[in-house]
Amino acid sequence: MKMNIAEYKGVFVFAQQVDNKLSGIALELIGKGKDLAKDLNTEVTAVLVGHEVKDLADELAAYGADRVILVDDPELKEYRTEPYAHALSSVIEKYKPEIFLVGATAIGRDLGPRVSARIHTGLTADCTQLDIGDFPMNPIPGKEQLHNQLLMTRPAFGGNTIATIACPEFRPQMATVRPGVMQKAPKVEGAKAVVEEFNPGFTPDDKYVEILEVVKSVVDTVDIMDAKILVSGGRGVGNPENFKLLDDLAEVLGATVSCSRAVVDAGWKPKDLQVGQTGKTVRPNVYFAIGISGAIQHLAGMEESDLIVAINKDETAPIFDVADYGIVGDLNKIVPALTEKLKAELANKN
Amino acid sequence: MKIVVCIKQVPDTKGGVKFNPDGTLDRGAMLTIMNPDDKAGLEAALRLKDEYGAEVTVITMGLPKAEEVLREAMAMGADKGILVTDRVLGGADTWATSQTLAGAIRNLEYDLIITGRQAIDGDTAQVGPQISEHLGIPVISYAQKIQIEGDSVIVERQFDDRYHVLKAKMPCLITALAELNEPRYMTPGGIFDAYKADITVWGRANLVDVEDSNLGLKGSPTQIAKASDKVRKGAGEKVTLDPTEAVDYIIDKLKVKHVI
Amino acid sequence: MDFMLTKQHEMARTLFREFAEKEVKPLAQEVDETEVFPRGTVEKMAKAGFLGIPVPKEYGGQGCDILTYAMCVEELSKVCGTTGVIVSAHTSLCCDPILTYGTEEQKQKYLPDLASGRKIGAFGLTEPGAGTDAQGQQTKAVLEGDEWVLNGSKIFITNGKEADVYVIFAVTGMIEKRGRMSKEITAFIVEKGTPGFTFGTKEKKMGIRGSSTYELIFTDCRIPKENILGQQGKGFGIAMHTLDGGRIGIASQALGLAEGALERTVEYVKERKQFGRSIGQFQNTQFQLADMATKVEAAQLLVYKAAIAKNTQKVYSVEAAKAKLYAAEVAMEVTTKAVQLHGGYGYTREYDVERMMRDAKITEIYEGTSEVQRMVISGALLK
Repeated sequence: MKMNIAEYKGVFVFAQQVDNKLSGIALELIGKGKDLAKDLNTEVTAVLVGHEVKDLADELAAYGADRVILVDDPELKEYRTEPYAHALSSVIEKYKPEIFLVGATAIGRDLGPRVSARIHTGLTADCTQLDIGDFPMNPIPGKEQLHNQLLMTRPAFGGNTIATIACPEFRPQMATVRPGVMQKAPKVEGAKAVVEEFNPGFTPDDKYVEILEVVKSVVDTVDIMDAKILVSGGRGVGNPENFKLLDDLAEVLGATVSCSRAVVDAGWKPKDLQVGQTGKTVRPNVYFAIGISGAIQHLAGMEESDLIVAINKDETAPIFDVADYGIVGDLNKIVPALTEKLKAELANKN
Repeated sequence: MKIVVCIKQVPDTKGGVKFNPDGTLDRGAMLTIMNPDDKAGLEAALRLKDEYGAEVTVITMGLPKAEEVLREAMAMGADKGILVTDRVLGGADTWATSQTLAGAIRNLEYDLIITGRQAIDGDTAQVGPQISEHLGIPVISYAQKIQIEGDSVIVERQFDDRYHVLKAKMPCLITALAELNEPRYMTPGGIFDAYKADITVWGRANLVDVEDSNLGLKGSPTQIAKASDKVRKGAGEKVTLDPTEAVDYIIDKLKVKHVI
Repeated sequence: MDFMLTKQHEMARTLFREFAEKEVKPLAQEVDETEVFPRGTVEKMAKAGFLGIPVPKEYGGQGCDILTYAMCVEELSKVCGTTGVIVSAHTSLCCDPILTYGTEEQKQKYLPDLASGRKIGAFGLTEPGAGTDAQGQQTKAVLEGDEWVLNGSKIFITNGKEADVYVIFAVTGMIEKRGRMSKEITAFIVEKGTPGFTFGTKEKKMGIRGSSTYELIFTDCRIPKENILGQQGKGFGIAMHTLDGGRIGIASQALGLAEGALERTVEYVKERKQFGRSIGQFQNTQFQLADMATKVEAAQLLVYKAAIAKNTQKVYSVEAAKAKLYAAEVAMEVTTKAVQLHGGYGYTREYDVERMMRDAKITEIYEGTSEVQRMVISGALLK
């Protein structure tokens, strides 16, 4: 079943919103979508799905959306897989975009596969780079070289390999992208959106699950992805109380505390502080890895940091393979001493 | 209650990786383990078995070697193991894989299908939701807690900043997070019993309602344009110093890099 | 003769290794320093079925062979000698004699609890005056009506205060044997909490410091008549046969300690730099490691052979003696060399090798000293 590829035009972006607030990833994808649309000589459209969310359209335009398709229905108030999958699939069937981008969030990584399976197209997850190019990348005799393909680059194998994927015979070419990887376009204040309303109709069936309760995490800390300096702790910190050493260091540096997966699994810290493959990808200016062994899945989330300083008593810890400066020693002695000395240094400067 | 658990044998990503000339993974050459998210899914199924008395069937698509991961699951307490293996299934992306598994599962009776959220080699988190789409049943991903209530499941579904408590009628599919639980160990006796049991082996012919055009490398909408080992950021300096010296060292470096 | 392990045994080894790395290794240093019995670990091992590996399924065990059990003790001991001996003493010295010599009632009564780890087992033979000379027993048991009355004490008992079920040996009379009067020794099963059964000193030891090593004191301790294990007067034979199996357990412990020390040392010599290169590049280091590795493998082969012999032969005393003798001496040698190759750091508690060396020493002593093993081996040669 070959689709008529030529019919499919336009770069579409799923504008994820939660509680009537646009997620950062939506704006980042529009930013990247603009670049792709430019290469393809086409437009970038944001697909806004929810209930009573029309007000968000202008913000989408401010960050670069040429057009906003609004799917607004009471069934869409809180995210559920089925009505949202129906919304996006219907949009795709009607508007036939050649590219559809979705955030690689807990929502997108559930919604994306469901939609791609419904449509029967390819989906590439967790892309770190998106380009328009040729497939095959280098011409192969006897094989047609297609142009204007979306080339989706992503890590696999826990970060051990980088693969570039294409979806030459199916449309739309779908990709999920992690937050923090792409850049938002500069905001154009006062922009007004071109909104097109579309409602394919939502009839609840067995696939519509029932939401019994929504429980929000109590979070009063800075998003670790926004932090310029991270002081990150691992299992080596020993116990939750001992994180005070890291809190003190972070305070002196104006930094934010984050952690490894082991710490979250042990229940010492909440998941939104987790750095790593299944946590958040961070690119701070400075990343202190304290009592973190450096499993590949953790490195995948922080190795793009500009400067990595590691403190660990185990000299064979893999973290030392990526640290710019690695100190083999006891964090319980080094961290408090570092905090004290820094306080003194910074006091002197002032 | 009948539970089907999809598990995958994956390379232990602590080792290096190798590729075939066509860009697909040379999976034959590595140290392998049961995918951690899948193991959590299996443990969830076994706990439901302990509590409600279910029959747990584990199924995997892979090379013949993947039988090992079925044995491991049975040594933990799974009742039956099914290996889906066939040359034409190789090189599959998530679409083709989910088509294959759905085709195999159509042979079985099930109230609940549990898969891991994602595998540590593909890292896509796509196969679970795609299987549910092909089978036309509801999916609840990112499960951090699972309970049964009559003919429904009650699941805590994790999001980035919250969780939903969801209720869905069975049959449905749930994808499990490794954080869902602490999987039990196999027992020594369980291992020997697992090797005495029969594993069902299915090939392409056993897949129900699946077209050839949806299988293997040829049936995969996504294709690999290029793949290579990542050039990891190199190691920098590593020093062993006493605390006072270590502190001076760090502060010195922070100054050099204009952090302070 | 196939030197390859079956897939099942390989999978069992993976299980034991994963458990040891994840559950036992992180606590090893603390267990050694605080000398606290790792009850939490024991509960986890119980859940995973490690406390009844060779006990048949009909009695609640795993129904595996002795080789599987030996591999469990080996892998545990690689990271913690204490944990290895807890399993060994419980399994070989308590579960095994009850399984071998117990009545059906006794097996039904004690084995399910022991194999599941609900109860821990121990073995009381040694006394202040009776070590290698086990016949020097003084503890007495006198039959009074429906009860045996025990009086005496046992020392150096592994799992001492933590156990619940004890196989205890006592003198029940004097018999004539080849024109001389000698002691009639009988085995009994004694439960913790029996009035008259108390604990004395906790031993402060060089190594396996988390192992609960206690004196057991019996003062008019009355146990039911049914608690005799095996026939009256057959106690010495029961003790010796039980120790044959126990030696395989201890040999596995020694093997694990040696392997663990060797592994650590290989890692260390690759990392440690002196004179501008890693010390692993010096031939002296390389040759020592080669000798250590060869001896460790030889020990492993002897241990596995003895383990298999216990399942396939009626008598396996010599195999067990050779395994224990060699593995223990290799463990002592390898752990000592390991400390030496670690240099100054090896002497500090930052590194595991000094603990392994302290743990290794006892393997040359308990459950039959190396001297006793030599007696057994030469005895068989020269008979």
